[in-house]
Amino acid sequence: MLRITAVKLSLAYTISFTILAILVVVYMTGGAVHFLQEQIKTAVNEEVASLEKIHKETGLNGLVQAMELRASAPSANLYVIADPTGRIIAGNVLDIESNILETEGWTRHPFEYDGFQNVDHIQQAMARVFRLSNGMRILVGRDIGEPERFKSVVARALWLAMGTMAIASFLIWIFVGRNALKRLAMVSDSTKRIMAGDRSERLPVTGSNDEFDRLSINMNNMLDRIDLLDDGLRQVSDSIAHDLKTPLTRLRNKVDSALAGDPDLPTSKNALVEVISDSDQLIKTFNALLMIARVESGSQVAEMSSTNISQIMEDACELYEPVAEEDGFKITHDFEAGLIVDGSRELLSQAVTNLLDNALKYCVSDNDDKQGRSSKKTRNQPAIHMSIKKQGNKIIAIVEDNGPGIPADKRDEVKIRFARLDESRSKPGTGLGLSLVDAVAKLHGGALELGDAEPGLIAKLVLPVSKA
Amino acid sequence: MKILIIEDDLEAANYLIKGFKECGHNPVHAANGLDGLHMAQSAKYDVLIVDRMLPKMDGLTALSQLREEGDDTPAIILSALGQVDDRVKGLRSGGDDYLTKPYAFSELLARVEVLAKRRKPEDQEMNLKVAGLELDRLSHEVTRDGKKLLLQPREYRLLEYLMQNAGRVVTRTMLLEEVWDYHFDPQTNVIDVHISRLRSKIDKDFEIALLHTIRGSGYVLRNGEGG
Repeated sequence: MLRITAVKLSLAYTISFTILAILVVVYMTGGAVHFLQEQIKTAVNEEVASLEKIHKETGLNGLVQAMELRASAPSANLYVIADPTGRIIAGNVLDIESNILETEGWTRHPFEYDGFQNVDHIQQAMARVFRLSNGMRILVGRDIGEPERFKSVVARALWLAMGTMAIASFLIWIFVGRNALKRLAMVSDSTKRIMAGDRSERLPVTGSNDEFDRLSINMNNMLDRIDLLDDGLRQVSDSIAHDLKTPLTRLRNKVDSALAGDPDLPTSKNALVEVISDSDQLIKTFNALLMIARVESGSQVAEMSSTNISQIMEDACELYEPVAEEDGFKITHDFEAGLIVDGSRELLSQAVTNLLDNALKYCVSDNDDKQGRSSKKTRNQPAIHMSIKKQGNKIIAIVEDNGPGIPADKRDEVKIRFARLDESRSKPGTGLGLSLVDAVAKLHGGALELGDAEPGLIAKLVLPVSKA
Repeated sequence: MKILIIEDDLEAANYLIKGFKECGHNPVHAANGLDGLHMAQSAKYDVLIVDRMLPKMDGLTALSQLREEGDDTPAIILSALGQVDDRVKGLRSGGDDYLTKPYAFSELLARVEVLAKRRKPEDQEMNLKVAGLELDRLSHEVTRDGKKLLLQPREYRLLEYLMQNAGRVVTRTMLLEEVWDYHFDPQTNVIDVHISRLRSKIDKDFEIALLHTIRGSGYVLRNGEGG
């Protein structure tokens, strides 16, 4: 198939080059022939003018004498004097087509004649005919064997050009076939291996940075992206298998033990209530998983438009403020107003509330007694600080708490689905909160950066400023 | 209340029919989009419950056709597709509310009951009144038994929505959607805290409680426990 492509390519080259060459040669030939004919015409016209002058001054005899003289000179022009009937009476031409002498002025086409010199080819000439007052006809002309020869030279050039084109296209075929198409074949082979299942295979890059390299690089980037998405997908299915099996088993066991007991006992009803709340939690987990998967896939999950992120922060702060107050502290904040990003209010709100949920969960309950939120027993006062500011062409939304924080080496890990640090396994939650924030940040062309608030966690949502 | 349920999953439909019947409503079932459309065209219903993916004609198409014909029966769309753009698409096709599967029946019931009343003129009334509690929508003033109550703007919106739907259960999700315009559930039970704050302002110093918590569903603002 590649060979067919090569043949097609070189054929196309040959045909177009040949047409071009023919056009150029025809144009140049036409121009040159025309130029030579013009030169002949000027020379003949001058000759006629001088002959007319001689005729005027010396009469017919002088004219005939002058013409005889000129005709006998070597490589002379053609001269004919004919009587009114068309019979040639003097000159250096033996025979001529009779109708040439009939019309005055320039002959329209080159005509054939028979000269005195013995030549083995047909002689052609252009001539001007004029009539004297007594009816005698005079013809002055010039042999154009020369332009005709030129034409044949041009024709040879044409054939030569076409031959060169044929050779050139053969060379092009060799070049394209041997080099470029060989690389296409390499790409094709790599693709086949990738399709066969070798996911680590990448297309060859020679480093010459030509079109093939760029194509390969782009395709490699595409493969990397596919791998990433595929890994995400695999991770989701792994997560579903591992992390959802546990609550499902728990659910099943609850129903099982409720069935085993006396159904009239209030404990059965309690078990059912628990089953419902467990199922709700499972549904929430599923929804969160689906949401993350869709946000990560970059598919259209929400309408992206100019969104006031300062307002989102304020709204979220206002929504959570009473919760913090219940735990005996205030969410402090420092909002720069009117910051705009290109994004989805819905997704960004969810990301910010997730960060707040997280901050509350860790800074409050970690300081609290396990039994509940009796804030009187806290070891230290929980604190959450929210802020948003513009820094260069970035907008940084921050939620920080004074909880236990996340060790530096675990900060990337917690963004992975279901990745919950061992210390937090006992706390409620799906283990998906930060994964979603991370995915939303990436969807908006930004990032989630986790750091140490000394003490506590500082979560920075870094987003690009709106381009609008 | 006459409710048309257009749902192809028979088990789900039976569950809904049973539930609505128990609550004293009159549910009617259509098993595909085309039947649903014909039934909605030939009779008047209080609320339409339309599943999104249906055989013969999908729910959104059927609904937008009804809307084109000038039928403005309140409709709630049920869908397994819960993303932002899915909901926007659903509402653009003429849905008045959008509920993502799986949902609790209490959530659907609350939404259906609120939806059926939504178009009634009382929505536009300048003064809302429940027992001694009064809300003036012009001056944004709230009083109970003549005593002025000071509410934060968000508490005012919360109370306004509860009073508009006085006597009907509203769920946490509905409050998040209507008052905060959040179409997701935060993990922390933020709504409960807001409600208890509002309750402390409108009920605390008065003998009769108006704002009640309905276990497993949501809240209701009404005079007395019964009903």
